[in-house]
Amino acid sequence: MTEAEIRKLASEILSDIAPETDPAALAGGSDIRAALDIDSMDFLNFIIALNKRTGVAIPEEDYPKLFTMDGVVAYLAGSA
Amino acid sequence: MPSLGADMESGKLVQWLVKPGSAVKKGDVVAVVETYKGAFEIDIFEDGVVSELCAKEGEELPVGALLARIAAPGEEPAVPAKAAEEEPKVPIKKPAALKPAPAKAAPVPRPSPVPSRGRTKISPVARRRAGELGIDPDMLNGTGIDGSVTLADVELAAAKGMSAKAPSPAAAPAVRRTGFDPDQMRQAIATAMARSKREIPHYYLSSTIDMSRPLAWMEAFNRERRPEERLLPAVLFLKATALALREHPQLNGFWENNRFRPADGIHIGWAIALRGGGLIAPAIHEVDRYALPSLMEALRDLVARARGGGIRGSEMMDPTFTVTSLGERGAESAFGVIYPPQVAIMGFGRTVVRPWVVDGDVTARPLVTASLAADHRASDGHAGGLFLSAVDRFLQEPVSL
Amino acid sequence: MNDRSAREGMNRMTYREACRHAIRDALINDARTFLMGEDVGLYGGCYAVSKGLLDEFGPERIRDTPLAEGAFVGAGIGAAMAGLRPIVEIMTCNFSLLALDQIMNNAATIPHMSGGQFAVPLVIRMATGAGRQLAAQHSHSLEGWFAHIPGLKVLAPGTVEDARYMLKAALADPNPVLIFEHIVLYNAEGELDPDVMEVDIARAKMRRPGRDVSILAYGNSLPKALAAAETLAEEGIDAEVVDLRVLRPLDNATIFETVARTRRCVIVDEGWKSGSISAEIAARLSEELFFELDAPIRRICSREAPVPYAAHMEEAALPQTAQIADAARNLVKPR
Repeated sequence: MTEAEIRKLASEILSDIAPETDPAALAGGSDIRAALDIDSMDFLNFIIALNKRTGVAIPEEDYPKLFTMDGVVAYLAGSA
Repeated sequence: MPSLGADMESGKLVQWLVKPGSAVKKGDVVAVVETYKGAFEIDIFEDGVVSELCAKEGEELPVGALLARIAAPGEEPAVPAKAAEEEPKVPIKKPAALKPAPAKAAPVPRPSPVPSRGRTKISPVARRRAGELGIDPDMLNGTGIDGSVTLADVELAAAKGMSAKAPSPAAAPAVRRTGFDPDQMRQAIATAMARSKREIPHYYLSSTIDMSRPLAWMEAFNRERRPEERLLPAVLFLKATALALREHPQLNGFWENNRFRPADGIHIGWAIALRGGGLIAPAIHEVDRYALPSLMEALRDLVARARGGGIRGSEMMDPTFTVTSLGERGAESAFGVIYPPQVAIMGFGRTVVRPWVVDGDVTARPLVTASLAADHRASDGHAGGLFLSAVDRFLQEPVSL
Repeated sequence: MNDRSAREGMNRMTYREACRHAIRDALINDARTFLMGEDVGLYGGCYAVSKGLLDEFGPERIRDTPLAEGAFVGAGIGAAMAGLRPIVEIMTCNFSLLALDQIMNNAATIPHMSGGQFAVPLVIRMATGAGRQLAAQHSHSLEGWFAHIPGLKVLAPGTVEDARYMLKAALADPNPVLIFEHIVLYNAEGELDPDVMEVDIARAKMRRPGRDVSILAYGNSLPKALAAAETLAEEGIDAEVVDLRVLRPLDNATIFETVARTRRCVIVDEGWKSGSISAEIAARLSEELFFELDAPIRRICSREAPVPYAAHMEEAALPQTAQIADAARNLVKPR
């Protein structure tokens, strides 16, 4: 998976969770949770979807690494 | 038309999901109803066969209006085409309106949209006219003598229902959160909360709970599991609250008719903020009977449906207690406003790491502030304090949750 | 126009004068008619209804009787059976109790027991009601009692027009007819419609149309009901007032029609509430019209006590306009 593909996938998933937002326009370093106003349930759903779509196991202690779009890309690219 | 909360006056029947002759059983979704809170799936409380669909798709109907008739299993279902033509009533022995929670069939009582006055007084002509119109007069607000429901009340209810236009093609039930109207929801929240603060003498208590044990247990639990099987602290809060309510039933129920009526089950309304503003608090039924993994599943499902459409009518009708949890980005404590006619609301703030004294030593611990707002008419602070202690006690024994 | 004004002036009269005109007409138009009763001749009638009639018609047709109600009512029944058209005056209705056997067992019964061979075309006029400080023995409203009796017709004129023309219809009726003239109304004035020369004695009559509530009244309660309706109108409540007029046989059709339309009903009855004509009407409404009612039926009746003498007590004991308005208002716009 390329970084662009990961970014696109993550944006799609977040679009489903926060339909009125434009996750693709997120600054790479901003906190997704704050920027999109998503709560822990939404974030868990984000992790669940990422896990299903990429097959990457994301242990709970790694959650903080996925709080930004850059972090998501780095984490998934590094795990793939 | 079921009452999906004390603030609902009418709803629009968007779609029938059954036809005359369809066999239905308790829990089946039979229709989609839309209110300003969005579209809700109306589930049924009785087994039987749909004998007549009385309401038309697209019709706006007052709470209590007749939607359909269900013949009990084994009864001869009415032939719907003829039923409409024949003047004499179709001999259905036990016509059951699709109204929510008839006391005998529903698992739990339902807060009525008007304060219960015991037997509703209905004038003879109002009752007759309501029968003709298929409106349940018990559900109407009486403006007549002694609070009786009058002909004018029935006609008004009917007029509201009649004013609905034909359904627009866009109003298909699959559409996410159709009908959601932030302005109207704001208005309804304003009304309900103002009523709460006007009528309910709230008292407030809070306790700080050390979350290290429950969180450590949860992390261990989650570590072995795939993301979709993992728990959130929210379910620990929910379950601990439910178990504490078992010990303190005076907080679980309704203030009606100047007295407290305990609920038959622990159906916790979970406050869910909606994107675009507003919130709803649909219930998870019998929370105390769930194991944590299935409760997590139920909660995730509930939140998804609250935001995406598909909340069941039964989930809106009968919360007996409300929990609001601010999550990981919220404030540190939440003192809620009770949703009438409930008598208490529990708030969990954000879990924060703070200094804490354990065995004489100051140590960093994850702490959460649990707050109770309760109706002083129904309970006293002592009971509320014991309840908070019980919540803490259950949280400290996560294995037992 | 001038001609009509002149006629209108001539047609303005009191209830008492209307009663007198009615008797005079009857005496002029039918040689079989005569008036008999206590003090109707020389004294001119206890309430001066027959004043001047003795001079005009002579003692054969204006007959003073002994103080013996049983005797002169009985004589009236006999005269009626024999083909005359007597008008018997009983001074006030409390005295009618002395003639009750004649009225009930003879007048009301003979046409039935004779298989229709004997008609009793008798008219008995009596003064009824309270409000003139005549105390407990002379303030009864017994019309409801008589309305219990099959074979009688019972009339209660509440307007000058009815006082003027009901007698004619009563005399034309082959049955014994009782006319209850209210003592407070004798001084009431009204304008007669020159185009109306007769009234029926079969139907109740709507005196004021309205949509929100029906007020049923008769006799001296009628003006009170009309006054209450005016008060209510200022508050935006549109009350219909129906003059019952004929207490037996009750005009079910008119009563049911108005109440079915307004769906609310206040009955005003100067009689005592227990076993009264208002009780009968309320019962019929609940029997026949239950599913049309939008509110309980209300009754405004006299207090269940002998009518007091003292003016303020008497006023408190009788149905009054404010009570009627309160009852109707509460049915329409409960507080």
